[in-house]
Amino acid sequence: MGMPSRAAMVTIKRPDEIAQMRHAGLILVDVLDALRDALRPGVTTGELDRIADDIIARAGAVPSFKGYGANPPFPGSICASINDEVVHGIPSRKRHIREGDVVSLDVGCIWQGWHADCARTWSLGPAPRPVQELIDATRRGMEAGIAAARPGYRLGDVGAAIEAVAHEHGYGIVRPFVGHGIGQSMHEDPQVPNYGRSGTGLRIEAGMCFAIEPMFNLGRDDVVMLRDGWTVVTADGSLSAHFENTIAVTDGEPQVLTQP
Amino acid sequence: MCFQHQSDSSYEGAWRLPKKDAIEVEGEVVLPLPNAMFKVRLENGHEVLAHISGKLRQNFIRILPGDTVRVELSPYDLTRGRITYRMR
Repeated sequence: MGMPSRAAMVTIKRPDEIAQMRHAGLILVDVLDALRDALRPGVTTGELDRIADDIIARAGAVPSFKGYGANPPFPGSICASINDEVVHGIPSRKRHIREGDVVSLDVGCIWQGWHADCARTWSLGPAPRPVQELIDATRRGMEAGIAAARPGYRLGDVGAAIEAVAHEHGYGIVRPFVGHGIGQSMHEDPQVPNYGRSGTGLRIEAGMCFAIEPMFNLGRDDVVMLRDGWTVVTADGSLSAHFENTIAVTDGEPQVLTQP
Repeated sequence: MCFQHQSDSSYEGAWRLPKKDAIEVEGEVVLPLPNAMFKVRLENGHEVLAHISGKLRQNFIRILPGDTVRVELSPYDLTRGRITYRMR
């Protein structure tokens, strides 16, 4: 997918460029609000994809997932991953969501050439306590990672913060899939793993933009890709949650671009 | 959408999850071993020790070297498997 393996070249975005990304992020906030409202037993992931398409198009933006990648190019505007599916579930009109399902929705869009990427996980109906704890902890993992994204800190601090939250609960951490720089492409340098050693890695500077996206499993770390070439599932069949925000590093608190 | 950090091909294509814990793969029988065990080479090049499933045994289905078979692997030991189907 084109990320080089030698020293990362990370771009610094100007305030006016970050403002464009913020605009894209706010569109995604609207999309995810609408998708959350549309979540009810019987709805299909294909319908959710269509809702996302509508909102993105009416906002004058372009969905960033549709046509991305290869073997095959991703067909949807959202990823809809249910229960043991971790990420990159392909939306389909034949895939019905049922009461009790744990649904992760990931969406991205491009506004005036600038990207934003965002994901949330919800349970349909009241969740058993261990499931709600997984979802809450994954969100907290994301927030902890974001809090470490400050000038002078390093990428290893971000990964270590996320990993620490998972270890509190003994959740599996998904390792082959990582957060990423983001800007004029969806996936830019650097890679932002959900694990790491404090004090190591790229030095973070103001103006860098990252998509921080922890994935935690109720069971073990290991994941497997299905034959469709996209859907990733937990190897042991356990539930998985995923949260993502696009942020811009500032001199102070990181600016979260994908929240209201 | 996450970036896929590893290009490790063992994540791609060759595996499929049936309803149980096991991972289903296809492979070619390389040689027979005693006690209805077989060495099977999988699509990704790995060779595993597999035994015939009871269903195949019950129905007197013979497995010979060169057959393409479906193998169920346990996620806990990827070097052992169970032959569950002989492909045409």
